[in-house]
Amino acid sequence: MKIVVCIKQVPDTKGGVAFNPDGTLNRAAMETIMNPDDKAGLEAALRLKDEYGAEVSVITMGLPKAADVLREALAMGADKAYLETDRVLGGADTWATSQTVAAGLRKLDYDLIITGRQAIDGDTAQVGPQISERLNIPIISYAEDLKIEGDSVIVKRVYDDRYHIVKAKMPCLITALAELAEPRYMTPGGIFDACDAEITTWSRADLDTLDDSNVGLKGSPTKIARASDKVRKGAGTVEKNLDADEAAAYICNKLLEKHII
Amino acid sequence: MDFTLDKKHSMARSLFREFAENEVKPLAQEVDETEQFPVETVKKMARYGFMGIPVPKEYGGQGCDILTYAMCVEELSKVCGTTGVIVSAHTSLCIDPILTFGTEEQKQKYVVPLAKGEKLGAFGLTEPGAGTDAQGQQTKAVFDEATNEWVINGSKCFITNGSYADVYIVIAVTGMIEKRGRMQKEISAFIVEKGTPGFTFGTKEKKMGIRGSATYELIFTDCRIPAENLLGQKGKGFNIAMHTLDGGRIGIAAQALGLAEGALERTVAYVKERKQFGREIAKFQNTQFQLADMATKAKAAQLLVYRAAMAKSTQDRYSVEAAMAKLYAAEAAMEITTKAVQLHGGYGYIREYEVERMMRDAKITEIYEGTSEVQRMVISADLLK
Amino acid sequence: MNLEEYKGVYVFAQQVDNKLNGIAIELVCEAKRLAAKLDTFVAAIVIGSGIKGLADELGAYGADKVIIIDDPELKEYRTEPYTHALASAINEYKPDILLVGATAIGRDLAPRVAARIHTGLTADCTQLEINDFPIVARPGVEQKHNQLLMTRPAFGGNTIATIACPDFRPQMATVRPGVMQRSEKTDNKAEVIEFNPGFTPDHNYVEILEIVKELNKVADIMDAKILVSGGRGVGSAENFKILEDLAEALGGQVSCSRAVVDSGWKPKDLQVGQTGKTVRPQVYFAIGISGAIQHLAGMEESDLIIAINKDETAPIFDVADYGIVGDLNKIVPKLTELIKANKKEA
Repeated sequence: MKIVVCIKQVPDTKGGVAFNPDGTLNRAAMETIMNPDDKAGLEAALRLKDEYGAEVSVITMGLPKAADVLREALAMGADKAYLETDRVLGGADTWATSQTVAAGLRKLDYDLIITGRQAIDGDTAQVGPQISERLNIPIISYAEDLKIEGDSVIVKRVYDDRYHIVKAKMPCLITALAELAEPRYMTPGGIFDACDAEITTWSRADLDTLDDSNVGLKGSPTKIARASDKVRKGAGTVEKNLDADEAAAYICNKLLEKHII
Repeated sequence: MDFTLDKKHSMARSLFREFAENEVKPLAQEVDETEQFPVETVKKMARYGFMGIPVPKEYGGQGCDILTYAMCVEELSKVCGTTGVIVSAHTSLCIDPILTFGTEEQKQKYVVPLAKGEKLGAFGLTEPGAGTDAQGQQTKAVFDEATNEWVINGSKCFITNGSYADVYIVIAVTGMIEKRGRMQKEISAFIVEKGTPGFTFGTKEKKMGIRGSATYELIFTDCRIPAENLLGQKGKGFNIAMHTLDGGRIGIAAQALGLAEGALERTVAYVKERKQFGREIAKFQNTQFQLADMATKAKAAQLLVYRAAMAKSTQDRYSVEAAMAKLYAAEAAMEITTKAVQLHGGYGYIREYEVERMMRDAKITEIYEGTSEVQRMVISADLLK
Repeated sequence: MNLEEYKGVYVFAQQVDNKLNGIAIELVCEAKRLAAKLDTFVAAIVIGSGIKGLADELGAYGADKVIIIDDPELKEYRTEPYTHALASAINEYKPDILLVGATAIGRDLAPRVAARIHTGLTADCTQLEINDFPIVARPGVEQKHNQLLMTRPAFGGNTIATIACPDFRPQMATVRPGVMQRSEKTDNKAEVIEFNPGFTPDHNYVEILEIVKELNKVADIMDAKILVSGGRGVGSAENFKILEDLAEALGGQVSCSRAVVDSGWKPKDLQVGQTGKTVRPQVYFAIGISGAIQHLAGMEESDLIIAINKDETAPIFDVADYGIVGDLNKIVPKLTELIKANKKEA
């Protein structure tokens, strides 16, 4: 079985975010990590490898330094790594990103593709489903559990108030919730090997099934109208002279105003 | 000359840091309070190869270098001195002598499971009457030709990983030889497995620090081990012990370094939050100057430790590098953790704040695997030879 | 693509078990506001099996048209038949705007649909407006009018971005549940249109083996959206009941300060603060918590902090958005009642 996991290098939002003067994100100024949902998906793939002897490849699109997350994946136990990197691929929205990643995936053999449900920078949850559409394969999103049965996958697909146990024939695409699998750590020896391993790098020219109209900022149907840092909270207010009824009503009104209830 | 870490080592450091923060730090306080050996943590470290970092892959290890191993002990010790010394004693004091002096059979039989972390290792040199002074050894091993076995009698004390370890390197007297006209004890090294009849454990020591690390007395009463468990040549035990301690000192220096850095990190965070006289104590010049001294010493210790680790990977002899690293890092750890407690004020004396534990843990690094005084002897002997 | 052909504000009116999801109503009400600005109509698309009866409610909230796609293949949500249904409806009716709830269904369906019909999609929007794009005219760039500008938080809420989709139609957005205001029901009746593009199962159709409905699970306090946190001021383990009632009314969870854990009133895994957990819920109630720096370090990043404490000098008031000086034993039960009453009305 061949499994490809799509992973993304994302800024670690715990440390806050930085912007360029034009309102775009200054990714260079932020610490980066492997997107947590993707890492859970990678772990699920590695468990299938441990159990069934699958070959696990990882693919990412990004700046050259996105190779770091590929090396991390190799150090965790992935077998092969592919990096799509080219200036013209920059500024892509989910439409153009899914086109680009799918063009790379078409160059690989796969029975199962796993993506994270969503990335912590964009939070869109769109790229996984859109890749499945490009490749014309079934998708099961929001996977919390996963097993293989013959030529099919059986997935626990989570909804707000229920879950479905869903079966799909491979090849198919699964989007992983962080709950799918608690990721393992790298090993020191894995790190040493990963640093010596070759990462296959593809530029725009290598992605022969990618149409020019779907590439990068120009090929993105959505455009940023404005972007800003979240408005900081002002100093709070303290009410000292309300009786219990007034106080309860005051808080309740604030919750209503903020659409919390 | 380049003082930046390459990709391999910087990735390894981030691995160790993440593991330490997630898996070790949450247990550190409990391990200290209850004096419980962290069995589950050791299993987890085994799973990720931490128990055989500098061991070649053909012997079940990770195939990394001594620097990687030292960084592992450093990062573990930043959050838990106990966990740091477990890895150090196992790797430097048990695996390293077998890997260096053992036969191929011994390496296959012992190093492979030790490096995989399936078994835990320990080292028995110290005796009630003899520390690093090997000539004071009383434990004897006598060869029984009838059964082709060594028979060991005697005891070892203050043995780290005692009772939890499966494999012990034991130093014992195997006879008397004439050296430069004087009769001296002939010292040899042996590999003894837990469970061998006649090998039992005495009292568990109650310690000031590294309280989760198991420190036991080993007792040998007509303990018979097969002839092939002699490690290295008969009579070379003193050399093996000294070589082993040179390596061990790098591990302990890394432990001391971790404790120093851990205490510094906690203190930097604390002084930015704690207010006195209406402002954060970080705003006081005394705090700033203390921190500057602490950071400088920690960095100097790190450079010495890393240099010693590199020397062990690339040089035949590294006794002086190891001694300097351990001497400086241990004393820096004691000084930095003491200052950390002082800067924490009353909270620093309370067990919930980690610097209290770190100060207790730091003290042992000036004592075991050669006291600071012994390190000074090693360094000066080299200068005056 | 002739953008002029695309008209009307459409919503995907999500139903499960043949009941409209709350987001369906919220979207119709929001669509009504957008349609008023554009001087156009509102249409709701309902997909399912045996769902014709849902049209009236959508009409009452303001839908001018309701498109019903009713087929046995659509009984339970599955990505492919629903994608086929919605994409076919879009190709047939050519909406200018299409809104979808950012639910576990909508966030799966909308991207696959957008990919199929070639348009942009903006996720998890919290605000929608009709405006020019670019917002400020730039020389050499055509400024288009009457564009849908979609505002959404990103980077875990650290940033806000406003997105447009000027060259493709429909302009698609998923919208966060609970954000858009509902308006009053009227006696408006929608025109009901039945549409069925035909469903032929293929390899993209997955098989549902089992459906399991779940009650609310007990979650980690770090995952909670609303935390009702108590401190020493709560007084006793028993008295936490009033906090638990408030948390239940809000759909939140109870957490606590270190003093509470030390007193043995609550287990350590509910402790917020430097030696406990760091939390960042949408709302953090600090009740009877003085706010030692070690506690603040674990919760000050919360989106909204509401503090109740009898000591007006308590440091918790320095970080609270809304602070109440008063007796928690009197205020909290009353607040719980009020919230329950409000929920019933809604």
